[in-house]
Amino acid sequence: MTTKNVNVKIDELKTNSGQIKNLELSIGKVINDNYTEEPMGPTPMPSITTLRDWDMKLLNKYKPFYMPDCDSCCLCTFGKCDLTAGKRGACGIDIATQSSRIVMLACAIGAACHTAHSRHLLHHLIEKYGRRYPLNVGGLNVKVEAPVCRLVTGIKPETLGDLDEILTYTEEQITQILAVGHTGQEGNNLDFESKAMHVGMVDHVGMEVGDIAQISTLGYPKADPEAPLVKLGIGSVDRTKPVIMCIGHNVVPSVGIIDYAKETKVDDKIEVVGLCCTAHDMTRYYDRARVVGPISWELRFVRAGLADVVVLDEQCIRTDIYDEAAKVNAPVIAASEKNCMGFKNRTNDSADEIVADLVSGKVKGVLILDPEKVGEVAVRVAQKVSPIRKRKSVLPSIEEITQIAKACTQCKSCQRNCPQDYAIPAAMKEAAKGNIALLEDLYETCIGCGRCEEACPQKIMIHSLIVKAGEKSMYAENNLCRSGRGQVSDVEIRNVGSPIVLGEIPGIVAIVGCSNYPKGGKDVYDIAREFASRRYIVALSGCSAMSAGSYRNSDGQTIYEEFSGAFEAGGVLNTGSCVSNAHIAGAAIKVANIFAKRPLRGNYEEIADYIHNRLGAVGLAWGAYSQKAAAIGAGFWRLGVPVIVGPHGSKYRRMLLGRKEDPENWMVYDARTGDKVNVGPAPEHLFNVAETKEECMVAIAKLCIRPNDTWKGRSIKLSHYVDLSKRYLGVMPNDLHLFVRTMADVPMTMKDEFAKILEANNWKETIIPDPTLLPRMVRKMKE
Amino acid sequence: MSCEPWQCAEIATSKKANPIQKPEIAVAMIKKAQRPLLIVGSNATERYMEGKQLIEYLIDFATASKVPVVATAHMVGEFIKRGYQPAAFMNAMEIGQRVVDPTWQGLDGKGHPDLVIMVGMPYYMQSLILCGLKHFAPDLKTMTLDNLFHVHASWSFPNATLEDWAANLKVMTSKFNGGN
Repeated sequence: MTTKNVNVKIDELKTNSGQIKNLELSIGKVINDNYTEEPMGPTPMPSITTLRDWDMKLLNKYKPFYMPDCDSCCLCTFGKCDLTAGKRGACGIDIATQSSRIVMLACAIGAACHTAHSRHLLHHLIEKYGRRYPLNVGGLNVKVEAPVCRLVTGIKPETLGDLDEILTYTEEQITQILAVGHTGQEGNNLDFESKAMHVGMVDHVGMEVGDIAQISTLGYPKADPEAPLVKLGIGSVDRTKPVIMCIGHNVVPSVGIIDYAKETKVDDKIEVVGLCCTAHDMTRYYDRARVVGPISWELRFVRAGLADVVVLDEQCIRTDIYDEAAKVNAPVIAASEKNCMGFKNRTNDSADEIVADLVSGKVKGVLILDPEKVGEVAVRVAQKVSPIRKRKSVLPSIEEITQIAKACTQCKSCQRNCPQDYAIPAAMKEAAKGNIALLEDLYETCIGCGRCEEACPQKIMIHSLIVKAGEKSMYAENNLCRSGRGQVSDVEIRNVGSPIVLGEIPGIVAIVGCSNYPKGGKDVYDIAREFASRRYIVALSGCSAMSAGSYRNSDGQTIYEEFSGAFEAGGVLNTGSCVSNAHIAGAAIKVANIFAKRPLRGNYEEIADYIHNRLGAVGLAWGAYSQKAAAIGAGFWRLGVPVIVGPHGSKYRRMLLGRKEDPENWMVYDARTGDKVNVGPAPEHLFNVAETKEECMVAIAKLCIRPNDTWKGRSIKLSHYVDLSKRYLGVMPNDLHLFVRTMADVPMTMKDEFAKILEANNWKETIIPDPTLLPRMVRKMKE
Repeated sequence: MSCEPWQCAEIATSKKANPIQKPEIAVAMIKKAQRPLLIVGSNATERYMEGKQLIEYLIDFATASKVPVVATAHMVGEFIKRGYQPAAFMNAMEIGQRVVDPTWQGLDGKGHPDLVIMVGMPYYMQSLILCGLKHFAPDLKTMTLDNLFHVHASWSFPNATLEDWAANLKVMTSKFNGGN
């Protein structure tokens, strides 16, 4: 599909039938749909209400459970309005509607963030490579190159320029959704929920655009199961070389750095390292870049003095990082319009001048909006500053820890401000006696927010003490992460489509998102390894992909060495950065399209219905903290894919929960006959919190169950569910009777146990339908 | 003992819990309730007082008071290991959702709880669920047995030391065991 601006001007035209003078005709767009292989479906480029009926089907099944946290609304000057327990605000809003409004706004912020990132990337790449640059995300192995875009917009993009049109659609939708959040607009909580799902769907479109644009142009791995293994961890950084640390999500400035280093042949003389998703994308571009770690590693890396230059692009950057960098004499380069950090814009100054100012310390930081200039300045400054700074650090010595800890008055302010409620006072008490073991333990699980220090009335740099105590562990972090592979290829989908849909591969577990973990990143590794060992497909992205790679098995292998990187049973694949999350949704969509031959373009409801009822996929965002994570989740909800978050995810303030004991909740149409059939709670929830890792393991196995499972597939899924429940909860599940349709579903080795349970619950055999929530999918409706 | 939210930046509220100044008051309220329910979270095995885990105090209390227990997270196995069978086990959000539903007839199907007692979840998570109950089950009374003040409950013990916490739980148990 292409779009054109058409301008026709006729000064004078004489024909037999008449005469035209000074005619000017302007057409904004001509849509030229050349793609005839697949007809357009019913909902291309849906507006904010087009898919409302589908959302309401899901919301009827999975009802919101609100936990407002804040009792009032303070979004307009009518307020603050107290909305406690049924009171309405000055605009008439109640607490359920207000809570859903907050959810929608969070999702809109997240979607805006990804889309704006993609827009910047696309502008930049079109400027560099041209609008006609062809998209290529996997060569001959990927014919469905943009499943999310095709599904939502109906557009089959072929060039960078085609992506422009798609982003224009997403931008309009995000604007519409933001408008809904204004005072005196939407007045119903379920409509807000529907709109949250809409903007979540749009978010996946925005993410896909960004990632396929950069995959196509920057030489990233293209749907490659054997994408390179790259160095991961603070210990992997060569501290004898000047170190440039890039933080954020937008790879463009990092590309400028790497290109300049290569051009000037100093790439082997400096270290270019990344933190958060920028790190993933740097290694996709240049496999000698290093991944320092997730966002929570930011303070520890800077305070340890390891960065000679800090380069900031966008998203998830500590807003006080320039202060932190200044303390260790590391210059900062802000490289994004979204994140200027108060620095003077030096984009139009000569590189020589900027380098001189940063090296001399005349300025602590600069804003440079030209990525090539960022590259030159960062590389030159790093080389000059490194020998001057000499790894200046603000960490105390081990001996100093004891002295500093003696200033602690045990007021507990640190613990009361720690998101994890860690027993920091106890660790300080021991440290004051010369025992730093408890501080060292905290290093392993601390999320590095620094709130403890902000709260300390004695101004003790508690986080620095923790980092110093854990220094040995920090420098031992030398692991491997698989570079982001991008999409799942069509070939892989063909190979696994049948066993996934029939349930013989027990599920797809997508472990995504940030590092706001309740007890450190090891949980992510444990969960990923448990399910890969059980032959589930484990797809990772973002900071979770880093955490999963940060531990080793008893043979010394990281998870990426132990398991294949393919989309197959027992595969552990890293799709890449935040925007690569779209490929996980894309894989689900491709199963419906490539394996099941469901039409794709503009056919959202049918594909989502297919995924919801047939594809045993679960999203897990164990450390989700951001609005972007909310948007990603919302995109999965609309596809009918359940999402679990860790305990901090409860702060999203709303869950979408089914009620397993209510049979009405679980009725679907049998597409063969039109009969309504109770298929049990499969999946039981659309969005829920798991309080502990142990609970999470069991919840994942259960949420992979789908109505369409064959008896063999259901039997496999139930055996995992039972086994995990016994192992991690210490009991048999109490709802097995709801998941057994025929005795053939019962795992062979558990017949006796199941028989007792089924008898006690007055179980009756039922059929395995061809499940759908959409009456129009029924092939032969009964009279 | 402080009656401020334990986690300082976490909580904003306009309707604040009444502090329970003495364990006897909590006991009186539990005895007055027709259908109390005790929800126990994952910190039950993470918190220690006087060398004993919180779960052990709670088993003593639940046994004495006969208040039915719902174990969240992976606590069910921990209870059973210690010889106590909880009335139910389920996810924390699932029990929260049922409690805000006025048509829910309780674990035994005989009626909606009139008092929900919570203890031992991650503080912020318990706080959020209590907030949900406050808004969407306004006739329900809620209470916490933690040593951390929960503003969204109807009644909460103030922030207290581990020693005071242990003492409070022991007094409560003794009152149900026939103590005065």
